[in-house]
Amino acid sequence: MAPAMRKGESGPDEATAFLNARLIDPASGKDEPGGLLVRDGVIADLGGQLRRNAPERARVIDCKGHVLCPGLIDMQVFTGEPGQEHRETLKTASNAAAAGGVTTIVVMPDTEPVIDQVALVDFIQRRARDNAVVHVHVMAAMTRGLKGLEMTEIGLLQRAGAIAFTNGKASVSNARVMRNVLLYAKDFGALIVHHTEDPHLTEGTVMNSGEVATRLGLPGVNKAAETIVLERDVRLVEITGGRYHASQLSCAESLAVVRAAKARKLPVTCGVSINHLTLNENDIGPYRTFFRLKPPLRSEEDRAAMVRGLAAGDIDVIVSSHDPQDADTKRHPFAEAADGAIGLETLLAAALRLHHNGEIGLLPLLRAMTANPAKLLGLPSGRLEKGAPADLILVDLGQPWVVDKAEIRARSKNSPFDESKMQGRVLLTMVAGKPVYQYGGAERA
Amino acid sequence: MTAPITQASFARRHLLTCEELTAGDISALLDLADKAADNNRQINKKRDVLRGRTLINLFFEASTRTQSSFELAGKRLGADVMNMNVSHSSMQKGETLVDTAMTLNAMRPDILVVRHHAAGAVELLAQKVDCSVINAGDGAHQHPTQALLDALTIRRAKGRISGLTVAICGDIMHSRVARSNINVLNTMGARVRGVAPSTLLPPKADRLGIEVFTDMNAGLEGADIVMMLRLQRERMQGSYVPSTREYYHFFGLDHEKLARAKPDALIMHPGPMNRGVEIASTIADHSRSVIRDQVEMGVAVRMAVLEAMARQLPNH
Repeated sequence: MAPAMRKGESGPDEATAFLNARLIDPASGKDEPGGLLVRDGVIADLGGQLRRNAPERARVIDCKGHVLCPGLIDMQVFTGEPGQEHRETLKTASNAAAAGGVTTIVVMPDTEPVIDQVALVDFIQRRARDNAVVHVHVMAAMTRGLKGLEMTEIGLLQRAGAIAFTNGKASVSNARVMRNVLLYAKDFGALIVHHTEDPHLTEGTVMNSGEVATRLGLPGVNKAAETIVLERDVRLVEITGGRYHASQLSCAESLAVVRAAKARKLPVTCGVSINHLTLNENDIGPYRTFFRLKPPLRSEEDRAAMVRGLAAGDIDVIVSSHDPQDADTKRHPFAEAADGAIGLETLLAAALRLHHNGEIGLLPLLRAMTANPAKLLGLPSGRLEKGAPADLILVDLGQPWVVDKAEIRARSKNSPFDESKMQGRVLLTMVAGKPVYQYGGAERA
Repeated sequence: MTAPITQASFARRHLLTCEELTAGDISALLDLADKAADNNRQINKKRDVLRGRTLINLFFEASTRTQSSFELAGKRLGADVMNMNVSHSSMQKGETLVDTAMTLNAMRPDILVVRHHAAGAVELLAQKVDCSVINAGDGAHQHPTQALLDALTIRRAKGRISGLTVAICGDIMHSRVARSNINVLNTMGARVRGVAPSTLLPPKADRLGIEVFTDMNAGLEGADIVMMLRLQRERMQGSYVPSTREYYHFFGLDHEKLARAKPDALIMHPGPMNRGVEIASTIADHSRSVIRDQVEMGVAVRMAVLEAMARQLPNH
C-alpha cells in the first residue's frame, strides 16, 4: 500500500517525519517500533519517542508499521555509459535503483572507454550529478583497459573520487601484476575488488560443468576455476597486506578459502550476487539466456552453501551484479549469447525470498546490502543513526507482486526474475532527504 | 706531495661494499678527499701518487659520469688510465665474466674499476685477479664511491653527518646508491629514512637500517637532507608505478613537499635526473641543491680512494 503523504506548511528546508515505523538498523541490530525525523538531508532524530509525534512544520509520512531501514548499497552495477547507452545509462540505472530501494550504486569500469583515467571518473561523476536520482560512485579500473598488465593511476583516481579498484569482469591472470596492484593500493588504503575466474579455464565455456551442462551439450567450467584464483589472491594478500574483496563468489569451496583467510585476520572480504543466492543451474532449463551469468549459476548445493555462508557472516556483501544486455546480445543460442542479468529492481524482493523461506534472518540479510558495503567502501550511509545521510527505504515486507517486463525501469529487460512472484515491495525511496521513488504514486519525485 | 693521513687510515685492498667500512675508514677517506677537493680547485691539478700505475675502467654497463669521474681522478693522480666498455665487445662474443677478468689480469693492471649489471659480479671478479678492485656499481647491490661522495658533500655543507636526518626517496628496491648510502650514513651516525611506494621498497627494508615511509610528506618532515633517487623509465609504465604523472604527484620532489623538510635542508640527486619525474626542475636548480657539488666531490672522493689504495699496492 502506498503510504499517506501530506504536505506540511513549512519552508523550503522542511523536515520529514516518518511515524509509526518498524525501524530496522542492520548496523546496530536494532529492530523496533518508532519514528524518524529527516532534516537537511540527514537523519535528525529517531527512536520510540517519535513513533506517534511529529514536530511542527514537518511533512508527515505514516509508515503504517512497515519497515523503515537504510537504503541499499549495491557495489556492483554495470551500465552502458559511456559507450553502450542503448543498454543502460546512469539515469536509467539510477531510476531502476530507486524503484528497487537501492540508494547508492557503485558503477563498474567495464565501459567503452574503460574507466581507467581521472578524466573518465570526472565524466561519470558529472553525468551522475546531472542525471541520476541515487548516489553514484565509481569503481575504477585497476589495470589499463582492464587488460591485466599495467596498473592504473590508483592514487590520482582515488583523489578524483574512485571509491575502489577492480578489473571488472576479467580476472588478472598475471600474479606479479596482481601482487603489485595490491602492494601499491595498500599505500593509499584502496580496496581491490577482484572477479575470480581463471581466464584460461573459463575460455570457451558457457555454464557450470556437471550433469546439466552435459545433458544440454554445453561446454561447462569447473568451479575450481573460481577457487584457484581466489586461493592465489589470498596468498598475495598475505604477502602484501592489501585490502581485498572477492567481488562475487559462487561455490562452497571458495567460501572455505575466505573463511580461512578471515580466521587468519587477513584483510579479505567477499560478495555474492543475488542470482547465486536465489537461482541455480537448473533454472537455465531450455537454454534460457537470461540465466547465463558470470560466474555461472552453480548447483543447488552450492546455492544453499552461499546462503549458509551469508548467514554465518562469511559473505559480507550481496550485489545485484546488474548487467544490462539487450536482444542483440541475448537473443542468440545459449552458447553465443552474452553473460549477465539485470537486478537492481529485484535485488531486495529476491533477497526477501530467503527471509520468507526461513533461510536467513532479516537483519543479516539487510546488513549485507547496507552496513557491510558501507563499511567496506567507507560510506557514511547504510545505517540509521543521527547525522547519517537520509538514504532511506520504506518496505512492505508482505506485499505480493509479479515482476513484469513492461514495468521494469532499466533500459534492458534481461531479468531472470521476469514473471516471477515476489513478496515484499519498496513503497518509498528517499535519497539525501528527497523522495526519489514512491510506489503507486508519481513514479519520480 | 702526498697528503698526510690524519686520523685512522683506510687499509683495504679492495673497495667492494660499504657494509664493511668502519667510521674510521670513512673519515679517513673523507679527510683525504677534502684535500683532493681543494687540490682540484688549483690550476695545477696533477699529482704523482699513481705514477707508473695502470688503472683500468671496466664497465659492463654504460656510464658517463662515474666512468669519466674515475678517469679524471686516475689521471690527476698520474696513473695510466684505460677505459674498457665491455657491454658491446667480448660479452657479446660469449666470453664469461671470469674469462674477461683473467684476460685483463694478464695485462697486469694495478687497479680495476668495475661496474656490472649483476649484483655480486664485482666481488666475483675481485676473487680472480691480483690487483685492487673498486666497485663502481654492481646491480642493485652497492656503489661505494657514490655513498662516499654523498657523505663528503653533506659533511662539507653541514659540517657533520652524525645526528642529521637523511630522507632517501624513490626507487630503493632497485638502487645500489640507496643501499650504499644507508650503510655509510648509518655508520656515520645519521638517522636514515627510506621514502617510497611499497612497490619500490625491498622486503624487510627496515632491516637495512632505515625508517620506512610510504607517504613522502611524512617522510620529509624535519629532514636535514633530501636525497632523491633516479627512477628508471621502464619502471614507470605500470609495473611498479602507474605513470610518471602519478609518481611525480606523490613522490616527486616539489616545493610543497620540500617545505616539510628543514628550511636549510640540502637537496641531493646522484644523477642523471629525470626532471619532472622524481624532481621538479626548479628544485633541481634550487639554491639549496648540491647536485653539482656532488659531481665535483665525486672526482675528489675517487682520488682519495685511489690514493688510499695506492698505499696498499705492492712495492709502495
